[in-house]
Amino acid sequence: MGGYGNACWRIPWQNLWAVTPGDEVLAVIELDQVAYSYGGGELLSDVSIRLTPGSFHFLTGPSGAGKTTFLKLCYGALLPTAGQVRAFETDMRGLDRDQMALMRRRVGIVHQDCRFLDHLPLADNVALPLTVSGRDLAQEGANLTELLSWVGLSNRADARPPELSGGERQRAALARAVIMSPDVILADEPTGNVDWEMSQRLLQLLVELNKMGKTVLIATHDLALIRAAKSQVQARVLRISNRRLQLAGADL
Amino acid sequence: MKLIVGDTQADRVVPPTGFTARLTLFASCAMAFLTVFALALSLASGRLAHRWAEELARSATLRIAAPADQMAAQTEAALAVLRQTPGIASARALTADEQTALLAPWFGPDLALDQLPVPQLIEVIEADPGYDSQGLRLRLAAEVPGATLDDHTRWRKPLVDAAQSLRRLGWVSILLIGGAMAAMITLAAQAALAANHQVIEVLRLVGARDSYIAMAFVRRFTIRAFLGAAVGTGFGLLGVLLLPSASDEGGVLTGLGFQGAAWLWPILIPVLGALVALLATAAAAGRTLRRLS
Repeated sequence: MGGYGNACWRIPWQNLWAVTPGDEVLAVIELDQVAYSYGGGELLSDVSIRLTPGSFHFLTGPSGAGKTTFLKLCYGALLPTAGQVRAFETDMRGLDRDQMALMRRRVGIVHQDCRFLDHLPLADNVALPLTVSGRDLAQEGANLTELLSWVGLSNRADARPPELSGGERQRAALARAVIMSPDVILADEPTGNVDWEMSQRLLQLLVELNKMGKTVLIATHDLALIRAAKSQVQARVLRISNRRLQLAGADL
Repeated sequence: MKLIVGDTQADRVVPPTGFTARLTLFASCAMAFLTVFALALSLASGRLAHRWAEELARSATLRIAAPADQMAAQTEAALAVLRQTPGIASARALTADEQTALLAPWFGPDLALDQLPVPQLIEVIEADPGYDSQGLRLRLAAEVPGATLDDHTRWRKPLVDAAQSLRRLGWVSILLIGGAMAAMITLAAQAALAANHQVIEVLRLVGARDSYIAMAFVRRFTIRAFLGAAVGTGFGLLGVLLLPSASDEGGVLTGLGFQGAAWLWPILIPVLGALVALLATAAAAGRTLRRLS
């Protein structure tokens, strides 16, 4: 896959957006005429989008519209029934399991249900991406402490995941997603269980990462969060409606 | 090497599981215990087959059945013939005590041999090369009419065959034990992998390679199998040590056990147990991870 030349804002007849203006940008994740069917019905249809480096997106849509499916397609947990998903210029279908693992080290993922290893303390769970990639935890200790402090969990470092509240789990999941300083952060309702103050803090973390050049895609219902983000960063809002991906209106 | 040295961080990502851990330990312990006895049986049978083949091939028995008043004369005549026969290293008549000892298992120790019409036995030891048994028989028939030469060929072969069959049986048993152990550890590993599918999902989500995930399980099962097999081998060796020591009275059964350097063989059992566990778990992990992808 090569560059796209000068990116344009919208090519409606192809349902295709290059969401960040710039010169000769490549997509970190690209969906090309993607469809996904589940249980006999089509959940997503003809979805095309390029997520360029450093872009910030929100993904909205009614419950069951396919937001989580969209995110899963982006990191290879699901493969499209039609079309092509490319991550870092490589077709997901062509990745073997090892290559898929290496690709995921470049993608920070925050699941809606925040899965953890329940037998490990919170700090070890947050450091898990470092552990599995063979990084020296002794050297990363300071970063881990700082990150836990940033998400307000420094006093819960030794707690086991089942002992955490929903909000604490979400903050821990976000910390785990960003600890490897990934190129892309995909978050599914990352502020769903936290109060306004904490959601602003988490948003701040994502905005800071975005300013460092990270690509961010957040699936959320929280319109206030989107408005708050748009005051800080150039964010695009996408909406899934009737199985298709659309650019949301300016009212957001 | 990584399997032996380990990775303390990687080891912790798999939760310590209950029943699969106990099943692996118990299965490897029991199988190692049985393997010790199968190995002892196999080695003892091998020794017996070798000894019987060696001893019986080199010896023969001359039996003299004659009236009591001619017994001494015929014995002397037979010994004279044997001394003159090329290929015979030595020949000697068994004493009355030796003949009594031979009959003791059937008649008891206080046998009055002189009251029974027991033939005189002469032990013949073959030289290398051996003697012409057909020629010796003809000469004995002419000079010692009551003499019968038994070169043991009639029952040597079935005995050696039986011992060798026992040895084969021992090795087959060891293979079957290894197979059963592999099957049990495979089941335990599959159960552990299935119980930890959520752990596998999380590990994949954060970028763990399948080899990393598999290694965490393989290492755990291999260590458990090694420890279980070491304990089982220890108990098995204790059992062998407590067996009665080898004696002529006990026959074959008391010869079960290890002799000399053969005591080192059981050391291999925990190592082989660990190897079986490693292969079984690696195969189970590979299948499960492929299925879950």
